[in-house]
Amino acid sequence: MAKQQQPGLNRFYLLLGGIAVLGAGGLAYLAMSRRAVSIPVDVTVLAADTAGFRGYLIGSPDAPVEVTEYADYQCPACQSFATIQFPDVKARLIDTGKLRWRYRDFPLDQIHPFARLAAHSAACADEQGKFEAQFEQINTGFAAWNRGGANGVFRGYAEAIGLDAARYDDCMRSARYAGRIQASLEEGARLGVSGTPTFLINGRLYTDGLNSEQIRQIVDSLAAAAATP
Amino acid sequence: MIALLCLAGLFISLYLWLYKIGIIGTMMCGTGGCETVQTSPESVFLGVEVALIGVIGYAVLLLVALVGTAPAQADALGPSVLLAGLSGGAVGFTLYLKYLEFFVIGAVCRWCVASAVIILVVFGLSLLDLRRLRGAMG
Repeated sequence: MAKQQQPGLNRFYLLLGGIAVLGAGGLAYLAMSRRAVSIPVDVTVLAADTAGFRGYLIGSPDAPVEVTEYADYQCPACQSFATIQFPDVKARLIDTGKLRWRYRDFPLDQIHPFARLAAHSAACADEQGKFEAQFEQINTGFAAWNRGGANGVFRGYAEAIGLDAARYDDCMRSARYAGRIQASLEEGARLGVSGTPTFLINGRLYTDGLNSEQIRQIVDSLAAAAATP
Repeated sequence: MIALLCLAGLFISLYLWLYKIGIIGTMMCGTGGCETVQTSPESVFLGVEVALIGVIGYAVLLLVALVGTAPAQADALGPSVLLAGLSGGAVGFTLYLKYLEFFVIGAVCRWCVASAVIILVVFGLSLLDLRRLRGAMG
């Protein structure tokens, strides 16, 4: 070690202490910053988390057939389904009252680090009645957030679709839907869902993916069966 | 100088660790690669967060460096040997982490690069200090 004179050493300790205080202050500021968002994974599901909520419903509640989709926003197959197949399903089946769609979160945290954050962002949009708009933005913008910076990108979407930014920020910071997302994941796992997207139609799980035409055929056959006396 | 670098490294590691455990929600990282790296399975080594290993490592290095700056230890070889040994090990671990970033994860975290530069400089300075002390001892 370099030998130092006492006054020089004192100055050195002073500098070191000053940097330590600045660094600690900076970290404390960041930790308390409004931008801090973290959606816990190891959350305990409370009864209140699932009360009255059985997934995001798209379409008429009176439609004769229901499809439940278990999906992960960061899963490329889900993103592909959401942007290519789902618009067709929506136009041909949901908007015509033949089908109601129930979207359930199934975030695969081990391989998709931003899936739960995306699910929570959509939940916060749902709180302001704009789930579908945020769902569409997250899926079409996949490439913009898939490799990082997801939280900021989602906030940008929230502003773009006209959400109240302060309410959205508060919702994300509070992570108040973490339990609901976890409940959806656990329910899917109990049903036998292990990958995404998985579709649950009339009590049967479809794990190998479906396209819009296959879904139309299933819906038509179920509707016909229901109509047969 | 070594102590100052170790303090900077300690804060960088602490920042990454606070993000990892969810206390800091958004990282300041231009490319977004930091989040990818920090949330990857490779961000945990033998069950311990890599960032936490960094926090502990830099804290130990800082302590040794501070001991070395004490007037009583000014010409002692022990702290310098320990510093060179510890920072040498840290450089090896850093090279392994860089390999993971470039070839396994496919993303680069700027904060991790800054830490890598710091530990390389610390190692270089500790070797120079060791050489100086050995030279002084004849």
